[in-house]
Amino acid sequence: MKLVTAIIRPVAFDEVEEVLDAAGVHGMTVTEVRGRGRQKGHTELYRGSEFAVDMHAKAKVEVVVPDDDVDRVVAALVGAARSGDGEVGRVGDGKVWVTKVEQVVRVRTGEQGVDAV
Amino acid sequence: MLMTPGLAFFYGGMVRARSVLNMIMMSFSALGVVGVLWALFGFSAAFGDSVGGVIGNPLDFVALGGILPEGAESIPLVGSIPAAAFVIFQLMFASITVALISGAVADRMKFSAWLIFAGIWATLVYFPVAHWVFAADGLVSERGGWIISDLRAIDFAGGTAVHINAGVAALVLATVLGVRRGWRTHPSRPHNLTLVMIGVALLWFGWIGFNSGSALAADGAAASVLVTTIVSACAGMLAWLVVERVRDGHHTTLGAASGVVAGLVGITPACASVDVVGALVIGLASGAACALAVGIKYRLGYDDSLDVVGVHLVGGLIGTLLVGLVATSSAPTGVDGLFYGGGFDQLWRQAAGAAAVMAYAAVATTVIALAVRACIGLRVDPEDEIAGIDLSQHAESAYDWGRAGGRKGRGSGRGDHAYALVETGLRDAEQAVPGQDHGYAVTGGDRGLS
Repeated sequence: MKLVTAIIRPVAFDEVEEVLDAAGVHGMTVTEVRGRGRQKGHTELYRGSEFAVDMHAKAKVEVVVPDDDVDRVVAALVGAARSGDGEVGRVGDGKVWVTKVEQVVRVRTGEQGVDAV
Repeated sequence: MLMTPGLAFFYGGMVRARSVLNMIMMSFSALGVVGVLWALFGFSAAFGDSVGGVIGNPLDFVALGGILPEGAESIPLVGSIPAAAFVIFQLMFASITVALISGAVADRMKFSAWLIFAGIWATLVYFPVAHWVFAADGLVSERGGWIISDLRAIDFAGGTAVHINAGVAALVLATVLGVRRGWRTHPSRPHNLTLVMIGVALLWFGWIGFNSGSALAADGAAASVLVTTIVSACAGMLAWLVVERVRDGHHTTLGAASGVVAGLVGITPACASVDVVGALVIGLASGAACALAVGIKYRLGYDDSLDVVGVHLVGGLIGTLLVGLVATSSAPTGVDGLFYGGGFDQLWRQAAGAAAVMAYAAVATTVIALAVRACIGLRVDPEDEIAGIDLSQHAESAYDWGRAGGRKGRGSGRGDHAYALVETGLRDAEQAVPGQDHGYAVTGGDRGLS
């Protein structure tokens, strides 16, 4: 089992949710987060004084998937989160990483492992 | 009555989320403190029979004696309105003048010190200055204040008594108080510009009563003032937006709101002395000048948090002085300024009136501020300033950010701050890196998933 964690633009969430659903991933955890990568900040103006905002609002999507599904889910997720129609999106589209998961237990039934995913 | 609550929201939206209640409370408390003093002796000190043109006799109308009607046939009138209505109308001027000052001291002044300062300042500064400027001979009492009666400077609705007066007091108080922690390195971002716009809308509407009501009648003069007031505010908004577009590349919402206020401040002393062209000139001049003036604080190093000096002192001065230039005798006050063939006569009277109010407000406010600081202190503790002044001064927070870690407090009495701090999650976040503006990260910009 793997934990797929994606940091994406908040506006991309609807599309990501749609493709994950289509890929058979229904359970997910979504968090509103702030952070920065290579994307530069933006400047806001209040009565002429500048206010630099360098932490961007992002959505963090976390899903646990069986090992065999990882590549498919990551590909779908990346495709949905990428901005624009081309092969290359824009700076700030986000990042996806995969980590190993030792154990999963469903609280309701006590099922373990892949059965609990 | 709408103006001071409107100002509360206008100012409240401009501060950080963790200081908004304190900001709103300073305006509302100005109504409370000044309202009581006004009823007890303030109205009398402003409009009682003059003692040498300097102060009204505070004993003339103690507790508003002689003001309230005794039966329908003995209603005392001021102009065409009942004296009791005039008392409350003028109370609103007194309250908002005090409330305006609070914009300069956002985020850092002890609320108890503010209440005491507000009461003393109203008594020693506003009441006498209002007497000088508003108490015309024969209006309420036989003899009135020196600026309106002897100097004959024109201040129809409070350019000197309200805006210049409050602007100078704000400059002094902000200087005595010192700058906020992190000022300039971590500037405070307005936490709710929609609240600012609601506030300015209420303020604008209230201002119509403020200016037109100063005609003390529902007549042609009041209608003329209505026109100049609205026109100037519109011009002020446009001028501010143009300055921003040229200087910063964007026209901002806060700029539009500020331009409206600047136009209103500028026209306030002049609203009964100019025609539409004059109102346009004043609105454009105040809007542009105030937009430029709000940056001065960064060069001079005083933390006028919400630009009371940049908007009210500068706008008030422009309006007061422009009366001497663009006043026309076709307007209700019947005086020609320099550009309308009136020579320099009215201009020097305007300048002298403004200078006198500035000098008196500067000296008196300095003494009051230093005295309050020496007696009880003016500033909250640094830790409370970082955690947000709402919690330390009012034991409240404006917004519920979720209940993680929160539970019912043990104490039912005063001051269980730990509970509130844990509930909002602010203390830990703020103390992680003291002095930085983490309010943004913690509380701001929740756009949500869309």
